[in-house]
Amino acid sequence: MKPSERMKIPRQEMPELDAGVRATNFAEVNRGFAPAAACTEAERCLQCKDAKCIAGCPVGINIPGFVEALANDDLNTAADILLADNMLPGVTGRVCPQETQCEELCVRAKKGWSVGIGHMERYVADWARMNRPDLFEPPPPTGKKVAIVGSGPAGLTCAGELSKRGHAVTVFEALHKPGGVLVYGIPEFRLPNEVVEAEVETLRTRGVEIICDVVIGQTYTIPELMDEEGFDAVFIANGAGLPIFQNIPGEQLKGVYSANEFLTRVNLMGAHDATASDTPVIRASEIVVCGGGNTAMDGVRTARRLGANPATLVYRRSREEMPARAEEVKHAEEEGVVFQMLTNPVEILGDESGWVRAVRCIRMELGEPDASGRRRPVPIEGSEFEIPCRVFIEAIGTRANPLLTQTTPGLEVNKWGNIVIDENNATSIAGVFAGGDIVRGGATVILAMGDGKNTAHSIHDHLMNGIAGAAAAVAAESAT
Amino acid sequence: MFRICSAEWLAPKVRRFEVEAPRVAKHHKAGHFVIVRVGESGERIPLTIARSDAARGVITLVVQVVGATTEALCALEKGEAITNVVGPLGKPTDIEDFGHAVLVGGGVGTAVIYPQAEALKAAGNKVSAVIGGRSKEYVIFEKELAQYCDAVYPCTDDGSYGYHGFVTGKLKELLEDPNEKVGAVLTAGPVPMMRAIAEVTRPFDVETIASLNPIMVDGTGMCGGCRVTVGGEMKFACVDGPEFDAHAVDFGELADRLTSYRKQEGLAWNRARDSQACDSGEESRCRARAMEEAAAKQ
Repeated sequence: MKPSERMKIPRQEMPELDAGVRATNFAEVNRGFAPAAACTEAERCLQCKDAKCIAGCPVGINIPGFVEALANDDLNTAADILLADNMLPGVTGRVCPQETQCEELCVRAKKGWSVGIGHMERYVADWARMNRPDLFEPPPPTGKKVAIVGSGPAGLTCAGELSKRGHAVTVFEALHKPGGVLVYGIPEFRLPNEVVEAEVETLRTRGVEIICDVVIGQTYTIPELMDEEGFDAVFIANGAGLPIFQNIPGEQLKGVYSANEFLTRVNLMGAHDATASDTPVIRASEIVVCGGGNTAMDGVRTARRLGANPATLVYRRSREEMPARAEEVKHAEEEGVVFQMLTNPVEILGDESGWVRAVRCIRMELGEPDASGRRRPVPIEGSEFEIPCRVFIEAIGTRANPLLTQTTPGLEVNKWGNIVIDENNATSIAGVFAGGDIVRGGATVILAMGDGKNTAHSIHDHLMNGIAGAAAAVAAESAT
Repeated sequence: MFRICSAEWLAPKVRRFEVEAPRVAKHHKAGHFVIVRVGESGERIPLTIARSDAARGVITLVVQVVGATTEALCALEKGEAITNVVGPLGKPTDIEDFGHAVLVGGGVGTAVIYPQAEALKAAGNKVSAVIGGRSKEYVIFEKELAQYCDAVYPCTDDGSYGYHGFVTGKLKELLEDPNEKVGAVLTAGPVPMMRAIAEVTRPFDVETIASLNPIMVDGTGMCGGCRVTVGGEMKFACVDGPEFDAHAVDFGELADRLTSYRKQEGLAWNRARDSQACDSGEESRCRARAMEEAAAKQ
């Protein structure tokens, strides 16, 4: 097919559940491409020699490679290429912010619509999951043992990459179910648990051991893992940690949640279905969620599905500055979520029995750009108003979890409590590496996976060649 | 799965379990707790660890039936298993030599002070325990505490055993006795009891530590459900506590937040019990209220 013919093909649309229907259930919103649409979308790719899209992918997927195989209807090859670089393609095909990564760099994005890389990734991953066994052949064991702290996207990716190289990997998970933010945070309607379960199961059949109910820092310390449990290296990927509250009056009223708690109750514990779960969640006809990221979107769309009408999102900047994925914002809007932009809560108001009755907000306007480059929101004096609600959910970010760092002597952290690493993702302790949100302080699934993958290379080097990582080497040098 | 190696009723609706959890047993210190889950649809609830035996790899849990989850847990027998046990969680008790440390336990809170008694004794303290129950059959852990305590004072509301009255009354006697020279008070039990204890010790200016029991989900700081106000600041009981300066804790707020799910809990319990009436939760709340009122009068 000539490039000019490819250019004529319009971007294939992702089939979606009807917005009115899905606002009342937890079924997955995006239904996935039909086979013909997937092939047609693949034909839109111009197969650039210098493919810019790859540079936009934190795990460096050979995008033109798998897309070409898909265009040729060779799904086996497409899956091989995709899985070679990405341990969790069924996850990333659903939750990656493609519009700011691979698809942003696609040449076709300059004139019209980029190639739908994410949708094709999902298609190939789902096909492979449902239609073929894992073709993995275990390499000869190296005899090296690696402990991974946390079974979120960084930990699972690192585990997969290390097992490919023949290392014995044990993943420790604090919760009772593996997956980290993929199971407690991201809702079913965006990422069904069965997708995560299948990808976790693949790792298990490849020999990765996953032990739940272990909190590193409490159940074991890092020095114990190295000195007593016989691990040759440790990868710390225990996630973002503690939810931030805005420190406004009324945060202790009944009906105030962090997004983490609200989402965990529903996603991990199944609180939306009282017939199948003992975990309660407070439902209300009027719910306000504060924040502009993906967690805020997940919270407000979950609240909508639990029956809130209106489910309102307040955000202190304007829609253009929202960090959430464009598709989530679009979906939320279609589902009837009310957006109150340039609005910031200043106080949560309670009734005489200690329950939330409203949130008092102030209107904002955008001033000069701040350190992040975004225009700083400034309160408009005298613009306060109340939004009635019985549940108020804060989704404004997280701070580092101190459980592990405070029980690990010699582990360097920055002033925010995030672990300091060098260019090899090595920490200040020899043999101990870190990645994901405990280093970044709150980023995306795919950046965490990129960290997991890159760290696996470093750990492999460390185990096989004794390269301890620059930070540890410097520490050793200064000690002598 | 975590196998139960012994199970017995200590008092009406209060059960003691020994559970195989070698990793927890190895790392347990006084003040730590675990989170458990019973069954695949079970909720996660925090329970304090009453004892651990690292050599046998077992921990002891003491559980009172107060809702659907604790009822399901207390229905388990030796040889069966608890679906999930994670821990030890929280910060351990700050063990110091206070001279004379008085431990005050109410209900299953008595299980919390047991390992504290052992640790405080080992640190050189004179240790006394004041433990309360509605009547004699509700007094638990007296014999066990006597192993480490110089004195154990059981208290019953009806006077059927030991001191006739609430733990607050007995504690006040000790504080007022110049021979006792109480250096610190550590307390665990229902919120109104701990609140009353804090008010009893405040005029004596005696350091008072309370082990808090707020709503929790993950127990690792991730959800923020266990936030409490201590000295005007927000703290997470699971990572900053669960023990805090009782004189600085906002107990009223804690008590109120604990009622967040009362409606749902009632429904869940009724569902679990086939609507069989049970009043023990209500009863203990009434008792706690009476205790608070009595303390206010003193």
